[in-house]
Amino acid sequence: MTTLLIRNGHLIDPAAGVDAPKDILLKDGRVAEIASPGKIKVNGNAGPDVQILDATGLTVAPGLIDIHVHLREPGQAHKETIATGTAAAAAGGFTAVAAMPNTNPVNDSPEITRWMLAPERGAAVRVYPIGAATRGSKGEQINDFAALKAAGAVAVTDDGHPILKDNIMRETLAAAARVGLSVIQHAEDTRMTQGASMNAGPMAFKLGLRGMPAEAESGLVERDIRLVTELKDARVHLHVAHTSTAAAVAAVRKARRNGLRVTCEVAPHHFLLTEEHVGQYNTNAKMNPPLRSAADRDAMIEAILDGVVDAIATDHAPHATHEKEVEFENAPNGITGLETALGLCLRWLHKEWKLPLGRVLGLLSAQPAALLGLKGRGTLAVGSFADVVVFDPKAEWTYHARETRSKAHNTPFDGWTMQGKVRWTISEGRIAYAATTPQ
Amino acid sequence: MNATAPPPARRQIQTPQPPATPFPYNPGSLLSVMDLDLPSIGHLLARATALENQDLLTRDRILLKRRIALLFYESSTRTRTSFELAAKSLGADTTLVSSLSSSIEKGETLKDTGLTLRALGAEAIIIRHNSSGAPWLLEQETRLPILNAGDGMHEHPTQALLDLRTILNHLDPASKTIVVERAAEGSQSDPRSQTVIPSEARAASAVEEPAVSSSILSGVTVTITGDILHSRVARSNMLLLPRLGARVILCGPTQLLPDSAANAGPGITVERDFESALRQSQVVMMLRIQAERLAGLQIDLAQYKDAYQLTGQRLANHAPKALVMHPGPIIRGLELTAGVADGPQSAILEQVRHGVAIRMAVVERALTAQAKKEGRA
Repeated sequence: MTTLLIRNGHLIDPAAGVDAPKDILLKDGRVAEIASPGKIKVNGNAGPDVQILDATGLTVAPGLIDIHVHLREPGQAHKETIATGTAAAAAGGFTAVAAMPNTNPVNDSPEITRWMLAPERGAAVRVYPIGAATRGSKGEQINDFAALKAAGAVAVTDDGHPILKDNIMRETLAAAARVGLSVIQHAEDTRMTQGASMNAGPMAFKLGLRGMPAEAESGLVERDIRLVTELKDARVHLHVAHTSTAAAVAAVRKARRNGLRVTCEVAPHHFLLTEEHVGQYNTNAKMNPPLRSAADRDAMIEAILDGVVDAIATDHAPHATHEKEVEFENAPNGITGLETALGLCLRWLHKEWKLPLGRVLGLLSAQPAALLGLKGRGTLAVGSFADVVVFDPKAEWTYHARETRSKAHNTPFDGWTMQGKVRWTISEGRIAYAATTPQ
Repeated sequence: MNATAPPPARRQIQTPQPPATPFPYNPGSLLSVMDLDLPSIGHLLARATALENQDLLTRDRILLKRRIALLFYESSTRTRTSFELAAKSLGADTTLVSSLSSSIEKGETLKDTGLTLRALGAEAIIIRHNSSGAPWLLEQETRLPILNAGDGMHEHPTQALLDLRTILNHLDPASKTIVVERAAEGSQSDPRSQTVIPSEARAASAVEEPAVSSSILSGVTVTITGDILHSRVARSNMLLLPRLGARVILCGPTQLLPDSAANAGPGITVERDFESALRQSQVVMMLRIQAERLAGLQIDLAQYKDAYQLTGQRLANHAPKALVMHPGPIIRGLELTAGVADGPQSAILEQVRHGVAIRMAVVERALTAQAKKEGRA
C-alpha cells in the first residue's frame, strides 16, 4: 500500500480539536503522523515510496460519514450498485456510508450483511450495513441482532416500514440495547399517510395531492421517546432518521433535556427546500419524509445551528430515470445526495448561515461516527483510519447530475451552485477519488 | 422582567427560492386556469361566441383534417363528447384512446403513450387522467399542445371557463347583478331553441358586453358547496373567478373541505354553514361527492344531506334569486334535489351547452398558437 503525504493543507479535525496548518502522513491505511508543515521529511520519517499530495490552499478533514444511504444491492442494481453508490460517495468526500436494509431481499440476515461487505461488491469506500429490525421488515418478528452485529451491522431499522406496534418497538429497543446496537426509526405513522405523496397543507390542496400530515412524523417520534423513557435502560439508543418537522425536532430536544439517549439527523433537502419546490409535480422533489412547510424548514436550520441535530445524512435514494418519469403520485420516493451534501452544507450552513466550518464538518464526520460507534472514523488522530477528504473550501462550482458517478440522476439540485470542491477523497489510505481537473 | 425588552431576535435568514416553473412549454397548451391572463380569457370567450355563431361550412375549414387525440384515463360523458364535437365542428379529425381499450392496459406508461400518439401524427392531445399533474408530465415529454380535460383532484380549466361563460351570460352589466331569468329561455326541451336563443341574445348585446376585467364580477359571490377536497372543478373555479373580481365561498364539512383551502388563492373564504353561505350568494355551484376518490373516508350521507343538500325550500328561503350550477354528473337526491336540478334557477344544462363553444375556442387556440410559434422560429 502506498504511503501518502498530504502537504501544506489546513487540517480541521473537530474531534481532536485541531484547526491549523498541518502535514499528514498516511501509512498502511492509518494516520501515521501529523506535524507542522515541512516537518515530515521524504526519505526521513516518511520513507522513500511516498506519494505527495500538495494541499496548498486546501482544507484537510476527516472523511465524511453518511449514516443514511440506499445502495440498492442486493436486488435493485438497475438503480444503483454498491460500487456505483460508493463511487458517488467518494466523489462527494464521503469515506464511510451506512446502507439501509430495504434491499431485495431485505437485509435481515448475517448472510446478506456479509454479501454486502464482500470485496466482490467493489466498494470504493467503507460500507456499514444496517440490519433490518424485523424479519422482512414486516414489523412482526424481531431478528437476531447479535448475529447481525457479528456479521458487520452497525444499527437496526425497518426504515420505510416503521415499526408501528408498541410491543414490537419496545422489544426492538431493548434487544438492540442488549447487544449494543442503535435503533434507527423512520418516523412515519403510515396509517396516516395512505396514498399521500407530499406534505399535507395548502400546497397539497392546491396541487390536488393527498398529504402526509406533520403529526404522522412527530406522533411516532413522541411514541418512540415514550417507549425509551419507559425502558429505563441507559444503553437504549433511539436515532430518529431524516427529521423533517418542527414538532419532531422539539420532541427530540425535550427528550435530550430529560437525559435520554435520543439522537436525530437532518437531510440537506429538509433544511434547504420546502413543499413549494414540488412546483409543477417535479418528481425529483418527491421523497419521504416529504418537503415540508417553510416553518418546518426554518426549524431544521435552527436545530442544526443550535446543536440539537447530531448529523447531516443524505438519505441518498437513487432511482432509474424512467421510474421518475411518471405521474407524481406513482413516482417512487427519494433523491440522490452523496455528491451534493458537502457543497450544499458549505454554501448554505457555512457561508450563508455562518455555522463555523469545524461544526459543519463535525456534523458530517465526527458526530455521525460517534452516534453509531464507528471506531477509528470521523477523526484524523494518529492511529485512526486514513479516511481523509481534501477540498477547496472557497471554490464555487455548479453541480450537473449528468456528470454523476451514481447510476441515478434524480436530484432537485441539478444546476445548483455548490461551495467547496473535493480534490481528493482517501479511503483507508487509498485514493478513492481525485478531481479530474485540478486548478 | 422588563416589559419593554424586545422579544428574542429570530434569525432573519436567506433561503433558496423555488425555481420558476417552465410550464407550459407549448403556447397552445391549457394545463391550468393560471396559464391564461385576463386578455387571453377575454379572447377565448370572444372566440367561443364567434365560433358558435359562425357558418357551419366555413367553421369546419378552420382545423380541416388536423389531428387531435383524446386520451382518457377516466370515464366522461360531457367533457369527452363536447371536446370531440368541438374539434369536429372545426373540421379536425379526432381519435379516442381510453385506458380500458388500449395498450395502457398492458402497462404502457403515459410518456410512451404520448410519444406514440405524437408519432401517429397527433398535433394536440386532450387528456383526462386520474392522477393530479399528469398533463404536465405529458407536456414535458411530448411538447405538444396539451389540453387538460381534468387531472385527478387538481384542475379542470375548460370547466371553469364554461362556468365563467355561464355566469357572464347571466350578468346584467348595468347593475352588476346576476339575473336568473335570462337563462330560463334557454332551458326548454327543444334542443334547437337551446342553441339559437342564447347566442342570439348574446349577439344582440355583444356591443355593450363589457370586456373581461379584474372587476367584471365584483359584487358577485359564488358559493361552491360539497366535496371540495376531491374536486378539480372547485380548484379551477376558485383560482379563476376571484381574478375577475368575484368572491368565492367554499362550503362543506371539514372532511371534504380542509381549512387550508382558504389559502389556495386570494378572494377565497371557507364557510361551514350552508344557509349562511346561500344568503350571501348570487351563484351556487353544487358538487357531487366523489365516491371513487374518498379513499376510505367515511361520510354519513344522512348527516351530509341534512347540512348541505340544496333543497327547494333552502333555495326559496335563502337564495331565491341565485343561479344554481353543477358541473355534472349530478346525483339527484344527494347534493341537490331533483326539483332544484330541473327548476327555474338551474343552469345545469346551459353549462353543458357552453362547454362546446368554450372547447371550440380552446381547441382552436391549441393549434393556432402553435402555428404562430412555428412561424416565428
